[in-house]
This record gives sequence, C-alpha cells and structure tokens, in this order.
Amino acid sequence: MDSFLAQYIDPYYLRILVLIGINLILALGLNIITGVTGQLSMGHAGFMSIGAYTSAILSMQFGYPYFLSLLAGALMAALFGFLIGIPTLRLEGDYLAMVTIGFAEIIKVFFLNFEPGGKAVGLSGIPQNTTFVIVWVIVLIVIILNARLLRTRMGRAFYAIRENEIAAESCGINTTRLKVLAFTIGSFLGGLGGGLYAHYMYFIRPQDFAFMKSIELLNMVVLGGMGSIPGTILGTTILTLAPEMLRVVAEYRLLFYGALLVILMIFRPNGLLGDIRIYDIKKRFRKKEVETCRS
Amino acid sequence: MPILELKDVTQEFGGLRALNAVNLTVEEKQIFGIIGPNGAGKTTLFNIITGIYVPTQGELLFKNEIINKTPPYTVARMGIARTFQNIRLFNKLSVLDNVKVGSHGVTRAGVFGNMLGLPASRREEKELTEKAQLLLHLVGLYEKRWEYADSLAYGEQRRLEIARALALNPTLLLLDEPAAGMNSSEKVDLMELIHKIRDDKNLTILLVEHDMNLVMNICEQIAVLEYGKKIAEGPPEIVKNNKKVIRSYLGVEA
Repeated sequence: MDSFLAQYIDPYYLRILVLIGINLILALGLNIITGVTGQLSMGHAGFMSIGAYTSAILSMQFGYPYFLSLLAGALMAALFGFLIGIPTLRLEGDYLAMVTIGFAEIIKVFFLNFEPGGKAVGLSGIPQNTTFVIVWVIVLIVIILNARLLRTRMGRAFYAIRENEIAAESCGINTTRLKVLAFTIGSFLGGLGGGLYAHYMYFIRPQDFAFMKSIELLNMVVLGGMGSIPGTILGTTILTLAPEMLRVVAEYRLLFYGALLVILMIFRPNGLLGDIRIYDIKKRFRKKEVETCRS
Repeated sequence: MPILELKDVTQEFGGLRALNAVNLTVEEKQIFGIIGPNGAGKTTLFNIITGIYVPTQGELLFKNEIINKTPPYTVARMGIARTFQNIRLFNKLSVLDNVKVGSHGVTRAGVFGNMLGLPASRREEKELTEKAQLLLHLVGLYEKRWEYADSLAYGEQRRLEIARALALNPTLLLLDEPAAGMNSSEKVDLMELIHKIRDDKNLTILLVEHDMNLVMNICEQIAVLEYGKKIAEGPPEIVKNNKKVIRSYLGVEA
C-alpha cells in the first residue's frame, strides 16, 4: 500500500501528509485537555517527548516490536499525565499553564542529560517503521473513538467542567477525577504521537520538543475552535501546511505565520469552527427558504 | 419523617458569622420556603446543604445520614439537586445536553464504554435522551432543545436549570430564587410547575425567594433568617403576622 502510494505521490507531499497525521493525533489529545475540558496545558510537547524517547529506546536498545514500543511510549506518557494531573489540576487557568510549562521544561532538561537518550546530541538510527498508512489508520481510529466519547456521557461531563465547574459538581460530576482522566487521555495521545514521530524522523533530540512545539500544538486547537474535532482537524491542517506554503516568502515566513494567526483570531475569536454546529448551518438554510417563499 | 435536618449549624468566614446556630427540619414532600433580607445567609445555607461549604459547627442530616463533609458531587448523587441564584448553565452546550449532563450522577457508562459504543453504554444513552426529552416537555423547552443554553431568554434559562436538576432523580430539590427576573405570568406558570413536580416526582422542595406572593402561595412551611439567625418559623399565615418578621423584612403597611 505504502509503496503503491509512493509511486503516485511526490515524497515531499507524502511527508507533509504524514506530519499532518502525527500532528492531528497530538492536537486531538491536547483538544481533550484544553479544548474540551478547559484546562490550559502549555506543555504538551513534554508528553510527546516522553512517548518519543520511550518508544525509540525500547525499539533500538531492547529490540521491542514497533507497535509494542509505540504502545509503551503512549502508556508511559499517560502515566506521567496521570501523576502530574493529580496535584496540578487543583490549579486553574494561568497557574496550571505555568506548571505545565515548567513540567515540559523539566522533561526537556532531563533528556538533555539522559545518557541512554544520547544527551543533547539526541538519538539517531531509530528504525523508520512509521508509514503513511499506519499514521492515517491510527488517525482515523483516534477520530472515531474521540467523536464517540465527546457525544456521550463522559465527553459531555468534560464539556460541563469547562463551562461551569460548580454546576458540574452539582450534577454529580467528580470534577477532580474527570480532569485527571482528561489529562491522562490527552497525554496518552501525546505519547502516541511522539512515538510515531520518532519512528518517522529517524532522529530525535530534546530541542525538537521545546516550548515552541507546545505552543504550536496549542495554536492548532485554538485556531480550529476549542473542543471541536472538525475544528482541530482544520486548524492542524492549516498550521502544518502554512510554513510549507509560505516558503515562497523565504525569510519572512515566520512573520507571515504570526500575522496569519493574529488576523484569524481577530475575525474568528472562537476559532474557525469553534461555535458552528451542523444544526446551525441547517437552521440558516431553513430560514432562507422561508424568506424566499415570502418574496 | 424529616428528610433534612440542620442542628445548630454555624458558618464562619474569617471573623464573619454568616450563619449562627440555625436549626431547621424539613419534612418529606414539603414545600419549604426560606426568606429574609439580603445577606441573611440564605444562599450560604444552600451551599452548606449541597456540600460546597463545610459548616464550622453543627450537624447536617439527610435521610438520617450525616453529610457535613460530603463533597458536592456525592451530595448530588445521594439525591439533592439544586438550581443557582446566578444562573449557572453550560452555556455552549445544547439545551438537551444540559439536561443530559444533569443525569451524570445517576448513570454509569465509563470512558471505554462510551468510546467503543458498548451495548450497555448505548442503551443508557438512549434512555438518557428519552428522559431528557420528557423533562424538556415538562418545563416547556422541548422545541428549543438544539439551541445553545445561553441563547435562551432569562425565564427559560431558569426553567432549564430546574429540568437539569430534575434529571438527577432527586428526592430533595433546592431552588435558589427561581422566580427572579420573571414576569407575573411566568411566575404563575412557575408555581404550577413547582406543585406539579412535587406531586409527580415525590419531591421535597426547599426554596429561597424574595417574591412574597409566590412564597406565601406555595410554601407549606416558612423559615425567616436575619443576620444568620432564624427569627421565625411556621406556616405562611403565622409567619406573615409575626411582629419581628414584619419589622425586619416584610415592612409595615403605610
């Protein structure tokens, strides 16, 4: 399948599509934490690096099969998400953001000094097992499970916490437990994305998972629309493509990237698809019909 | 049998005594009103009952169980539902979803059941939708079930809060100023609704309200608070004529 695709699609585009897929898994994880449950996390790259290093070391030095090391990386990230979630999720808004930044920095410094991870030089020679098909099959599974979760009981409870914590408690929702749960699910996906990334890039180093990576992921969620799966997909696609599209303006690339963000936030402060539902679109069409009948 | 008992409940915030040794007994199926001037401690009382505050002193009994230190979500699961004085809806959720979230405490499905769409989770979701639709019919918001909660009018939002509280299958319902911001015809509807849900759902209702007409009409027992102290209690006719109550709250007719 992959070799079939390679015949027809330019490797450059294939590579961008794979990166969109990996970013989607990461952003959908962050969307559960920040977009849906409303807990501002600015250290998602930290979970990504835990997944990346864990899976890379397991497959390189311990000879674990690819999928097993991916799973181990994701579970390790989830474990850290869980452990960090317990004390920190009592904090709100800005304070939680500071703690998550701090956490991601600690993880980065740890890997900078971690002997089996190659310290600042990083790890190279990771088996390149991640392919287009594997990434997109996982993306589809993640989207389906995510969508099912968000439209049923537990997903609704996550949204309720974002909307009003006190009211959520009065409905019998154990908000602390559910916030930790959302954090754990989100960091699991972060670790999974990290593992896929490591096995695609062949080479990873601590700087790949620095603060800017966390911000980039947060941008994808916010730009698309907090808590919306189609929004996150759109935001991730745009922000992964943007730097590539902007190659024409060469060194002014980052400037345009920044301007794009500012403009989008002015015109759609809730994100591109943040407050649009299929129901609202239908309703708009229905109203138009009535008006045309009258005239 | 009393469903809710407060024994010498005192609540202090720093040096401020918001409630001072309040005793209260609410009987099953009663409509019990709490009135008093602003700052008398009425909402504080609700926050103590629902577990948001832990009382400094005293004992709180629900169905003969002490619930002094029970966290809010457990209190909710035991069957105490509430509405809020300053409306607290889930604004960016649909009206239907607001009611469905209200059932969280009495449903079971977990994350994996939800994600994988297991049979038990699907069945529960179906029942939940039916129940929420019934409740929306009851409060007259069925037609608006797909709207965002914050797009509703003020009176509708108050009714949605009641529907959400009822989704918890409560035995005790606390209403914090349910008529605030309603016009007089809406108030009449509200009185009917309160009577109806009490009779249909075997509820005990405890309400705080400033609208004397409404309170005197539907409450069977009334307690009056002033500066955190209970100054009177009894059926409406007796409370209405109590000298202390007239002086501190109702006012003398000119």
